[in-house]
Amino acid sequence: MSTATETKRPERKAPAGERVADWADGRLGIYSLAKANMRKIFPDHWSFMLGEICLYSFVIIILTGVYLTLFFTPSMNEIVYHGSYVPMQGVRMSEAYASTLEISFDVRGGLLIRQIHHWAALIFVAAMMVHMMRVFFTGAFRKPREVNWLFGFLLLFLGMFTGFTGYSLPDDLLSGTGVRFMQGAILAVPVVGTYISMFLFGGEFPGHDFVSRFYSIHILLLPGIMLGLLVGHLILVVYHKHTQYAGPGRTEKNVVGMPLLPVYMAKAGGFFFLVFGIIAVVSAVATLNPIWALGPYRVDQVSTGAQPDWYMGFAEGLIRVMPGWEINAWGHTLALGVLIPLIAFPLVLGAIGVYPFIESWVTGDKREHHILDRPRNAPTRTAFGVAWLTAYFIMLIGGGNDIVATHFNLSINAITWFVRIFFFAGPVIAFIVTKRICLGLQRRDRDKVLHGRESGIIKRLPHGEFVEVHEPLSQGELYRLTAHEQYKPIEIGPTVDKNGVERKVSLVKKTQAKLSQSFYGEGNQIPKPTAEEYKEITSGHGHH
Amino acid sequence: MSSQDIPEENLPAEQGTAHGAAGHGGTAVAQRVDEDPFHDPGLPAHKPRIQDIDERAAQRSERTVALFFTLSMLSTVAFIACFVAFPVDKLVYIWPFGRVSALNFSLGWTLGGALFFIGAGAVHWARTLMSDEEVADERHPIEASPEVKAKVLADFAAGNEESGFGRRKLIRNTMFGAMALVPLTGVVLLRDLGPLPERKLRVTLWAKGKQLINMNTHEPLRPEDITVGSLVFAMPEGLKDDSHDFQKEIGKAALMIVRIRPDDIKDKRELEWSHEGIVAFSKICTHVGCPISLYEQQTHHVLCPCHQSTFDLSDGARVIFGPAGHPLPQLRIGVNAEGNLEALGDFDEPVGASFWERG
Repeated sequence: MSTATETKRPERKAPAGERVADWADGRLGIYSLAKANMRKIFPDHWSFMLGEICLYSFVIIILTGVYLTLFFTPSMNEIVYHGSYVPMQGVRMSEAYASTLEISFDVRGGLLIRQIHHWAALIFVAAMMVHMMRVFFTGAFRKPREVNWLFGFLLLFLGMFTGFTGYSLPDDLLSGTGVRFMQGAILAVPVVGTYISMFLFGGEFPGHDFVSRFYSIHILLLPGIMLGLLVGHLILVVYHKHTQYAGPGRTEKNVVGMPLLPVYMAKAGGFFFLVFGIIAVVSAVATLNPIWALGPYRVDQVSTGAQPDWYMGFAEGLIRVMPGWEINAWGHTLALGVLIPLIAFPLVLGAIGVYPFIESWVTGDKREHHILDRPRNAPTRTAFGVAWLTAYFIMLIGGGNDIVATHFNLSINAITWFVRIFFFAGPVIAFIVTKRICLGLQRRDRDKVLHGRESGIIKRLPHGEFVEVHEPLSQGELYRLTAHEQYKPIEIGPTVDKNGVERKVSLVKKTQAKLSQSFYGEGNQIPKPTAEEYKEITSGHGHH
Repeated sequence: MSSQDIPEENLPAEQGTAHGAAGHGGTAVAQRVDEDPFHDPGLPAHKPRIQDIDERAAQRSERTVALFFTLSMLSTVAFIACFVAFPVDKLVYIWPFGRVSALNFSLGWTLGGALFFIGAGAVHWARTLMSDEEVADERHPIEASPEVKAKVLADFAAGNEESGFGRRKLIRNTMFGAMALVPLTGVVLLRDLGPLPERKLRVTLWAKGKQLINMNTHEPLRPEDITVGSLVFAMPEGLKDDSHDFQKEIGKAALMIVRIRPDDIKDKRELEWSHEGIVAFSKICTHVGCPISLYEQQTHHVLCPCHQSTFDLSDGARVIFGPAGHPLPQLRIGVNAEGNLEALGDFDEPVGASFWERG
């Protein structure tokens, strides 16, 4: 067949681009790849670009990070500074700190790149958090995307530690304090704590090794793993095809949007430059981590108002508000005051990480879901998410209790007690309130479907009564507001069969049924209007 | 887990079946539309933008996009010009940012512009000139069809059978054993990352007869140097700022010295270990090891600025607030023949954060 076409038009010489593509296709099979992906459809919604911010800030971090490695000296060898920053001349410091000063004051553009690197890191973790919340509240984590949810969750978790090892590198007074805190937390680990500390720091704290060791973790180990996860994350996004919000013409069986080439090539590609450009300007006008103002790290010195980067604020809060419990017995010490925060940190974060699996177990639903939920239509999930966020932000207050105290003129003891109480009470209140709000919004949707939209027009009837005119919704809107699924709670059924023989129901089953009731039972969701209800109301026009 | 037991009717109806895959024409759909007032009307018709119908508007958009790209080029040129023009140490006053580095500030804005305007141009191009007609693409289930699955399982069984993996148990078990053991080589290799803890965290440089050296003046401290209400930091005699182990040693030996009227000292042992009300406590917080540095003269409370643990120095450095788990260790001090303060031994307990072997 192909020979036939060739013989038909032997005089045609393909343009250069096509010939290059032919060459690549013969070796890489790019035509088949392009056939599937070049005009791939992506749905359009502002919330879908949150993940892009994560991706682009990661790329910016890699680019600027490579630049910084060209100038940074990851060494704790002590030298006396004789560089161009006058206030530090004659001060003993590590080469790591001295080279950071050099990047900031002697390398042209070095300060800008350092600032972009750090700003992009803050934005990267923040964007991952917000992106994760978008995925959570819309139920985008449901089958088939649970694995991708885990990839994303791991990226967030690793991102926090990559950030921590990164801001520890300059070996300034603030970062050293953060590393000291980490070492103190490691010591609290039962049995092996002192060993881990000795091995990590090459002896007693601070030793002469941690900067070079953190350096290889920060620039090689963690980013390497993250790059792998990120590529997997993106491949899965393409493979699953993007989720979409309910709307006219959008079903579980299709994806409605615009093609990658050209629209998303331009929009997403352009968005990278927008993110990079904005971060560059922010970095120029808002100086972050001015290590020259703090001085080099000294184990016996500290500055007041010491704060970690924001994403470590949650861990900082846990460690600050925990009562100083300590158990001494049989010649050993269990420092619960440090150990409990150390355990609570991954547990609280992990609670949101495993939620998709809990929900799929409660619903027992094994089907694929590509239409996103509106948060109100999954009240228990939404309430859980808001409760989790509440706990997170209460702990952020705890992590900055000294800053809050000095800025708002409050007692630090009162703030600490507030955080201690509301870390537990806050999520409960948030859960209840959020669920009520969701149910209220569901009711409003139901009213809107059945009675139409409030038009704001008041009509006076012949007998003097005033009524507000309600306008019926468009067909598309009717469909959108009723498109969501409503689960029925799982029933265990009678525990005694018809012959009076007791049927064993396992505890797991009972728990599942209980949870299912609390998710989907009576009062936990508002039944959506049925066709009969709608017809009954709309057929009897006259009453509003 | 137990989803198999959940009857199908408990799961909500699939979208597109209950609502009917409307919009594809045909009488069947029309019938269902009759039944279901909430049916899917299908994709709405495309609304043309001004650029789609007015060529002049489209040309305006084209010029805007070109303007953005041109601005980016100009910003890049400006970036290079600033890089060359401004010395690295030049400071300028710019309202409202204050005194800023001219180079850093100008490089940031020009780099930002060079990047931002590429993005602005591309997005404006996509939004105004490229097609904004929404189209639908089909989805296919991720799961393989039963035939594919059956073929894969058969292939796997064949491969498994040919390897004899299931049959030849000896091979299988020894292979698992080898695979389980080989990572141990990597674990063993990590041994030389650091020394064993031994008694390292229990001993400091303090010993009987070592004089207390003022951290600021580097002179031996005398009792008369220390007045009520002052806070003095001290290190052991012989420790030098430029010694190789300075950081490690000061991290354990750093002292806080205050004078409290002996009547105000509530703890009996604290008074015994003091010299005329001069008390020496470890400066390293017992929470996670930050140096404590905030002293309240009236109450003799010290506060760790890292996590706000508060200790009462007049009562055996008891913890009165915050996350620390036990009091600050006290160093027993006296006066030597020259009238200088000296240690009467090492701390009798480890300083700093708690650890498992602390006891």
